[in-house]
Amino acid sequence: MKAVNRGIGKLKKINFQIILGSLVIAVMSLAAVMAPIVATYDPLEVDLSADARLQAPSMKHFFGTDNLGRDVFSRMVYGARISLSVGFIAVAISLFIGLALGAISGYYGGWIDSVIMRIVEVMYCFPTFFLIMMVITFIGPSIVNVMVVIGFTSWPGLCRLVRAEFLTLRERDFVSSAKVQRVSDARIIFRHILPNAMSPVYVSATLSVGGAILVESALSFLGLGVQIPEPSWGNILTAGKSYIDYAWWLTLFPGLAILFTVLSFNLIGEGLRDMLDPKISRDRR
Amino acid sequence: MKKYILKRLFMMVPMLFGISVIMFVIMHLAPGDPAGIRYGLNPEVSDTAREEFRSMYGLDKPVMVQYFMWLKRFVSLDFGRSLVDDRPVIEKVLAHLPATLLLQASSVLLIFFLAVPIGIISAVKKNSFFDRASTIFVFIGYAMPTFWLAILLVFVFSFKLGWLPVSGMRPWYVQYLGAWAQLKDLLAHLALPLAATAFGGLAALSRYSRSSMVEVMKENFIVTARAKGISEKRVILVHALGNALLPIVTILGLTLPVLISGSFIFETIFAWPGMGRLGYEAIMHYDYPVVMGVGVMATFLTLLGIFLSDMAYVLIDPRIRLEGRK
Repeated sequence: MKAVNRGIGKLKKINFQIILGSLVIAVMSLAAVMAPIVATYDPLEVDLSADARLQAPSMKHFFGTDNLGRDVFSRMVYGARISLSVGFIAVAISLFIGLALGAISGYYGGWIDSVIMRIVEVMYCFPTFFLIMMVITFIGPSIVNVMVVIGFTSWPGLCRLVRAEFLTLRERDFVSSAKVQRVSDARIIFRHILPNAMSPVYVSATLSVGGAILVESALSFLGLGVQIPEPSWGNILTAGKSYIDYAWWLTLFPGLAILFTVLSFNLIGEGLRDMLDPKISRDRR
Repeated sequence: MKKYILKRLFMMVPMLFGISVIMFVIMHLAPGDPAGIRYGLNPEVSDTAREEFRSMYGLDKPVMVQYFMWLKRFVSLDFGRSLVDDRPVIEKVLAHLPATLLLQASSVLLIFFLAVPIGIISAVKKNSFFDRASTIFVFIGYAMPTFWLAILLVFVFSFKLGWLPVSGMRPWYVQYLGAWAQLKDLLAHLALPLAATAFGGLAALSRYSRSSMVEVMKENFIVTARAKGISEKRVILVHALGNALLPIVTILGLTLPVLISGSFIFETIFAWPGMGRLGYEAIMHYDYPVVMGVGVMATFLTLLGIFLSDMAYVLIDPRIRLEGRK
């Protein structure tokens, strides 16, 4: 009964930001998953006839057509698959690395902590986007590579966060008592400390989903992400840039899609912060 | 104080070393061959010529050997020659440096001098209309795909209004203008890249300025200052801001890697003749020596910026500044 009450207590704190953000993401995810049904045209279908190219938005083509006569709405629905999956998978990778290294660093301390923290510092001081561009070019641009590379370059923030949590938590009595009872290190790390360290991690991870989507769209925009003719929000914008003077819809809609998606993830992240740590939320906003 | 500065400068060395190792290993373990890029499928170029090209640049040796060859030359500031046009890398990098410095320095200044007042006003007039508006701006700033913003800016200010040039920095006709007109032309070319570059950082720093000010305004010494009858203006601008600036300056230093990351996109979009565009083109041509040169230079600039912000911190913080006088 107590557990149920606590659950309801938590639910009550779920705020407007989280609901709004989740709603947008849910609609987008649904559209992405059911893309073949939602899309009104084949996203790859080229129609080079003069009355099909660069058509303004209409009831027939909701977001108009691009320079090759493809339906922009359908391309964007398929593009949502790319953006959302890159966001989630890249953050999953960086969570994995960040949690593992942060936990080891914070729990054991000593030389291994210094080594990991030096690596984190180096990553912090490096213009990461350059590294990402370099790696993608050299290993070949593809959506899987983009996910992996973003994941492998975005963990330092999470790592620092987890380490800081571990540094304070490892001094607490419940850890000492676990140690006295000869609980293994792995068990202390994963079962005793980690669950207590997760609140800030949830917030930071949600915010980094938005960040990963921004990086992916910038890469695709530069031709280093999803390769044409495969659609992504970023590479629709590449075409949009060339035709901006007579086809504003090619630029407006994908950009708004990126903006609103990232905005929604950030809303959820901020909402979670308010919910999990009401102390700082008031002023940090 | 001198010792501290020297120590900080010395700490840059292992950082640069670490970065150069990471970049070198990534570049050389990756598939893709500069000889292939340079000569392509040209049948006139025989396999022996390709081999010669590789051995000329030492590309046939093991990665570790190549790295130490590079490091040996690097110590004497010799970055090698570009694989694309055979010009010395250092010459190319230095030729592109001023444009980048101009863009980055002006965006740091713009961010600082806009974000701090925004932060102060929002913090002092909490929950006012201005505070709410700036909160919305910050939220959008965090989520904005800034390369998209760059395209929109070009659309509005170049195509629709015709006020500002689309791209470039120094068009050919500039040499025929007087000094004053040249400056005006440069500022017109700078405006859009600057707005695009500064946007994200501006949002981030406004937010930090606000929260930093809000924190400080709750301190006891602010109450004391007010109780002493000091004017509210002085309390805010001297007593509160003096203390709130410390974390702001640190955050400003930390936005530098983000700004420099942005330069690779914005300089490409706006055809700004800086290091970002040089780096992008070098990557596209598999021009290893230039990529290394740009990467090391970008890291060095970032470290230098963080160093300068730490120095500014020392200047602002009387606890550190006055320590030496005792």
